[in-house]
Amino acid sequence: MSTQTAHATGAFVEDPDAPEYTVYGGDWTEVVDEAKRLGQQRIVVNMGPQHPSTHGVLRVMLEIEGETVTETRAGIGYLHTGIEKNMEYRTWTQGVTFCTRMDYVASMSQELVYCLGIEKLLGITDDIPERASVLRVLMAELTRIGSHLVAVGTGGNELGATTIMTTAFVGREETFRVIEAITGLRTNNNYIRPGGVSQGLPEDGIAQLRAMIPKVRAKLDELVALQLKNPILQLRLKNVAELNLSACMALGITGPMLRATGLPYDLRKSEPYCGYETYDFQIPTSTDQDAWSRMVLRMEECYESLKIVEQCTDRLEQLGDGPVMVADKKIAWPAQLALGPDGQGNSLDHIRHIMGESMEALIHHFKLVTEGFDVPAGQVYQAIEGPKGLLGVHLVSDGGTKPWRAHFRDPGFNNLQALGIMCEGGQVADVVVAIASIDMVLGGVDR
Amino acid sequence: MTDGSDIQAGVPAAPSSEGRQPLTLINVREGAFGARGDTSGYDGLVDRVHMPGASERPYGEWFDGVVDILTELLGDAADDAIEYVVVDRGELTLYIAREHLVAVCQHLRDDQDLRFEMCLGVSGVHYPADTGRELHAVYPLQSITHNRRLRLEVAVADGDARIPSVTSVYPMNNWHERETWDFFGIVFDGHPSLARIEMPDDWVGHPQRKDYPLGGIPVEYKGAEIPSPDERRQYR
Repeated sequence: MSTQTAHATGAFVEDPDAPEYTVYGGDWTEVVDEAKRLGQQRIVVNMGPQHPSTHGVLRVMLEIEGETVTETRAGIGYLHTGIEKNMEYRTWTQGVTFCTRMDYVASMSQELVYCLGIEKLLGITDDIPERASVLRVLMAELTRIGSHLVAVGTGGNELGATTIMTTAFVGREETFRVIEAITGLRTNNNYIRPGGVSQGLPEDGIAQLRAMIPKVRAKLDELVALQLKNPILQLRLKNVAELNLSACMALGITGPMLRATGLPYDLRKSEPYCGYETYDFQIPTSTDQDAWSRMVLRMEECYESLKIVEQCTDRLEQLGDGPVMVADKKIAWPAQLALGPDGQGNSLDHIRHIMGESMEALIHHFKLVTEGFDVPAGQVYQAIEGPKGLLGVHLVSDGGTKPWRAHFRDPGFNNLQALGIMCEGGQVADVVVAIASIDMVLGGVDR
Repeated sequence: MTDGSDIQAGVPAAPSSEGRQPLTLINVREGAFGARGDTSGYDGLVDRVHMPGASERPYGEWFDGVVDILTELLGDAADDAIEYVVVDRGELTLYIAREHLVAVCQHLRDDQDLRFEMCLGVSGVHYPADTGRELHAVYPLQSITHNRRLRLEVAVADGDARIPSVTSVYPMNNWHERETWDFFGIVFDGHPSLARIEMPDDWVGHPQRKDYPLGGIPVEYKGAEIPSPDERRQYR
């Protein structure tokens, strides 16, 4: 290596002669003129760590020359909350409440991958009732629609198009209404549990789903009409933040970013889980490999997800009532939930049974809730297609009631590595476009 | 590595691991509860829990073919490079000696019959009871061409926690290796810029290690004091 010079993205080198200017706000042209007048050669700008146009708390360090970005570096870790460490101190079931909070706009995708991993460790993958699998697919697809709408909506908002955001968020709220009716919560649902899901559909669940689908489709149509013919949006997004297939492969990029280069890689097709092979849907792709094509792909995926939601609704109607949790009482969560006059809560029938009728049922309930269930020693890797790409989990069990190690491969963490290659040589204003088109959520990146 | 004499009755049986030589000691559990001196009568219980041990051929599915091709490509180094092979729960794990890791990755990526184009990161695991092999680095590799996934595992001693970086073969592992350095203190030799990534640059210690406390303070609730999560009496 040659001698190291001071460099925005290299190692820190102490240079007492380097002039330094600290600027708080002000007119950008004046700052640039002032720097030029003083003969300043390089300008390093910190974007963040609390910038409204980043998805969470992200710090981007830019070295710029005029309006051109010459070096980019992403600084993460501001939202690190030690979720993986905390999970080692809770039972396998309690872990769901932690992993659902990582990427908070795609909560149930993370619950799903974590529970599928536990079920693989337990060897009960084939014992999950069909109704539970259909509900899981339903929730995963509603989550995908919500996540994509946030990606597209905030992406528009970051460019100043607030209407794109409000339209997208109204559409997302329609999915939330049904999600809340079924799971009890809008986000961070803790709905998908090891062995199944926490509860089945409410009485009018099918009707609510049927009413929701056209509303969401109408919002998607509105969003498409608002975006696709918009000349300003086209100028801002087309041929911006390009990333070709070889760069994607080198950087391990998955999800809509990879599919925008023409590779139809989607784990729902290549490695189906929860019975995805039995649903009729397409994997949209594009070969334009720019921010525009990623946005269009996300919209197309929302339509495909809506098709799956429709099929799930039909199946749930056919399946009728039935178990949503594995039959093994040593694993199945004993508590039952029911809708009461004050919202959701414990089922009164279940409370009456354990408190008034059966001592053994009370002991069983108490043991399973406080102690949890043992998972045989070993390790597994489980991956699913999250809204943002390949979402993986590595689980290690020491045979006890808690994970020995739970490690999540958040697609955003991996994909954010591409920020440099997408921004360098481009305009400062396009950095925001690149960040939006990666669509990472820093809660998931930092975990 | 531990010898076979460690195995004891009462070890929870993993699926399809019967009769195998246990190789990775995950944990030694003492007593039935987190608190010592409990009155349950299970105070003196000692459980040695192992990972499923090495598998015998045939491994099944496509596993034999991949191991054969890799052995052929590695030539004379194969015996040293592949420590042992584990097939468990339908997943293939190759335990690799660290000095051969980069060569193994290169073959796995480049050979047309292997073609594991993507590394899905590196997950560190700390096994403090596994003397001499305390820190493990686990690399899930994904082949898009053949739609397969396998796992490489490298074990190193706590006092000599150095593993060659695979970023020359899999550039996508750049941040993942930084994360594993940050959380476990495994040094990836040859990494272009092995800085902390999640914790602040001046942080002391590696938080995901088992001897690193979770932290937290006792909380008072209605007159009773609830200890922090890692200090609580708990089931083992």
